Amino acid sequence: MANLASNFVGIKSPNPFWLASAPPTDKEYNVRRAYEAGWGGVVWKTLGEDGPPVVNVNGPRYGAIWGADRRLLGLNNIELITDRPLEVNLREIKAVKRDYPDRALVVSLMVPCQEEAWKAILPLVEETGADGIELNFGCPHGMAERGMGSAVGQVPEYIEMVTRWCKANTRMPVIVKLTPNITNILYPAEAAKRGGADAVSLINTINSITGVNLDNFAPEPTIDGKGTHGGYCGPAVKPIALNMVAEIARNSETADLPISGIGGVTTWRDAAEFLSLGAQNVQVCTAAMTYGFKIVQEMIAGLENWMDEKGHTSVASIVGRAVPNVTDWQYLNLNYITKAHIDQDACIKCGRCYAACEDTSHQAIAMSDGRVFEVKEEECVACNLCVDVCPVEGCITMVQLEAGAIDRRTGKTVDPEYTNWTTHPNNPMAKVAAE
Amino acid sequence: MADTAPKPGIAAGRLAPEDYRANFSDLHPPLDSHEAAVEADRCYFCHDAPCMNACPTSIDIPLFIRQISTGNAMGAARTIFNQNILGGMCARVCPTETLCEEVCVRETAEGKPVKIGMLQRYATDTAMAAGRQFFTRAAPSGKKIAVIGAGPAGLACAHRLAVKGHGVDLFEAKSKTGGLSEYGIAAYKTVDGFAQAEVDYVTAIGGITVHHGKALGRDLQLASLVKDYDAVFLSMGLGGVNALGAADAEAEGSDDAVEWIAELRQASDPASVPVGRRVVVIGGGMTAVDAAVQSKALGAEEVTICYRGPQSRMKASAFEQELAQTRGVTLRTGMAPKRIIAESGKVTGIEFDHGGETVTIACDQVFKAIGQTLEARALNGAAATVELAGGKIKVNAEGRTSMAKVWAGGDCATGGDDLTVTAVAEGRDAAESIHRALGAASH
Repeated sequence: MANLASNFVGIKSPNPFWLASAPPTDKEYNVRRAYEAGWGGVVWKTLGEDGPPVVNVNGPRYGAIWGADRRLLGLNNIELITDRPLEVNLREIKAVKRDYPDRALVVSLMVPCQEEAWKAILPLVEETGADGIELNFGCPHGMAERGMGSAVGQVPEYIEMVTRWCKANTRMPVIVKLTPNITNILYPAEAAKRGGADAVSLINTINSITGVNLDNFAPEPTIDGKGTHGGYCGPAVKPIALNMVAEIARNSETADLPISGIGGVTTWRDAAEFLSLGAQNVQVCTAAMTYGFKIVQEMIAGLENWMDEKGHTSVASIVGRAVPNVTDWQYLNLNYITKAHIDQDACIKCGRCYAACEDTSHQAIAMSDGRVFEVKEEECVACNLCVDVCPVEGCITMVQLEAGAIDRRTGKTVDPEYTNWTTHPNNPMAKVAAE
Repeated sequence: MADTAPKPGIAAGRLAPEDYRANFSDLHPPLDSHEAAVEADRCYFCHDAPCMNACPTSIDIPLFIRQISTGNAMGAARTIFNQNILGGMCARVCPTETLCEEVCVRETAEGKPVKIGMLQRYATDTAMAAGRQFFTRAAPSGKKIAVIGAGPAGLACAHRLAVKGHGVDLFEAKSKTGGLSEYGIAAYKTVDGFAQAEVDYVTAIGGITVHHGKALGRDLQLASLVKDYDAVFLSMGLGGVNALGAADAEAEGSDDAVEWIAELRQASDPASVPVGRRVVVIGGGMTAVDAAVQSKALGAEEVTICYRGPQSRMKASAFEQELAQTRGVTLRTGMAPKRIIAESGKVTGIEFDHGGETVTIACDQVFKAIGQTLEARALNGAAATVELAGGKIKVNAEGRTSMAKVWAGGDCATGGDDLTVTAVAEGRDAAESIHRALGAASH
């Protein structure tokens, strides 16, 4: 039986599913419900410095995009950090941690970019018995305008500086939460590491406008006719998050930096993908906000089932398994040649592959009488578009040409040897010159 | 409440009011906007879509469904009405299971086609409820066309001619416009006066003058029509009824199904329509099913459809047959009527030949639904003659008859399959042909 127990930078939890710092973790009431539902850990919604709390808007805080049957695919929010008094949050954190000692409880923090501000809050958090802190350098809305959140996260030097202050002023593990609203995720990740971070967590939300109200031409969500960019999350951002996690995991300077994976985790499968790309645990928000805390039960059961089926005994044994297979384009094997193949028994004759290929690709699918669709191998470049648009899973597949076979598109014999762009004769930078 | 003891013979008011309401409510309640969005999302937007090719009016089905899915139901309605101005009625009465939905790739794949008919109804209802018209008349051409019969073919023809700027006199023998939409379709397929609402929607284009109570051969003569009008379109349907050829067919309780269905459609309250306690319907088509199901809905206890041939030859679609069976109608095949049995001039039973054996079914009422015929006398009583083929008016691919200036379409003409949607296509295409002919004549 697979063991889901997780140890993230010394913070133990019964499973690798944590709730991310977000609206669901703002109060004792919610967090207790989360633990009761089975969540392994919680990152408490971001605390600010002592004093009058921030205020939130009193109109809509969230916007969304939907798929068929109104399935929520992406959520955006313009909620700020906690708007409850610091001492209330601290008291509740302490009470919850006392009652759930086996669960992870990390506290997210965001105070001004001055060492005194951090020095002031860290002991207060430490006193609650919380397991660690997460530095919110990610929120792209509201707080960034005040020099916090992503305004810090977009400047590697600030990340390094604040991380160093925190490491110097607390015994608690320091997790640095990264914003994706930058050009290269490695700069902030490396800065966090230089500052002494125990781990990074990513991604925070992405700057976004979910839509425009076409009656009054106002962006959504709309507050009294105006809108602002909010943080985008949910299933739609997962591919972006997976790539950023993988970039950090395969970068030599940060390869040993523990990662908490965040971004659209909705099912056990999403979690397993993050783990395989180098995350040691995952944080979830939108799935819980969409379906309630019970959703974690599917994640736990699904991950266990998959691990049992595959013989993976521990979470640690999955972590990073896909990282060696993430490479640069230039190293992809140019002698790996495939052709689309349409299973005529599975085909339902909708013709989407034909329309896609004929109109937008390589005219490599023929349509004949009786709505029979067949691949013209002499034209097929194996782009995979037909596979992607086919409504029947498994109907169109990419079949590898075996070594020695003739690629009817190029007329060349398939070479069994691996070769890539770095040595290709057309590459002016080729490391081995063609003869 | 109705009497608890079943009324003998043929009687009205067999059921409680709530039973009538339930039995004559919408066969398929309309989709709401969310249901429509979910259903529309199931469409794969097929290339060279089979559904579109299967539609006699060639509605661009993938396009209108995609328009629904993007929240543009009005645009969807325009796409439908461009091809089929009676798209609202067709959405209700088309045997989609043998047309568009039969060839839907999701039918092939999973046995559950996209509900094209329901989506078409959603779009057309949206536009009609908003009173949104998508056509404006061209400048008046000065040409006048007589359209004979205000059923689906006649209405479609009149509308398209009006769009082109021609003037139309639409002559109808009955007191209401709509033809089979108004008099022939089962009540539960077109509730809430939809047929008349559609007539109003179609004629709102303008340029169409409807004359009720005008029948060809009685009040109108083809020979004078061709003199008085630039063109004539014949779409009077099939007014005659096939003879049963069984003795005692005239006894009380031996009724014509088409007439009875019309009577039911025109009744202000179904409770006022009498029906037998035990009913036998002779026939195997849609009319037989409509008469049988509605007999049951009116409270008949035993309803049996008796068809002469094998089940495979029944014209009623599989869906219609299933509908009859789920409503408690018994289907019997290989039943050739021999003799209606009557006592004191009232039907008490009917005898069939069933593979050489005589089978008697006791009943109070027999409905004959054995097909309708063209009343050709109305045509050929005039000096002019119109060539017939197989008992119908012979037309070419664009609806022209053998007689100059005369076109025909719908059930009275050859080539159709007695469906509303086919009649619409024929009326529309004849109008285009007339328009072309009139344009050529004026040059």
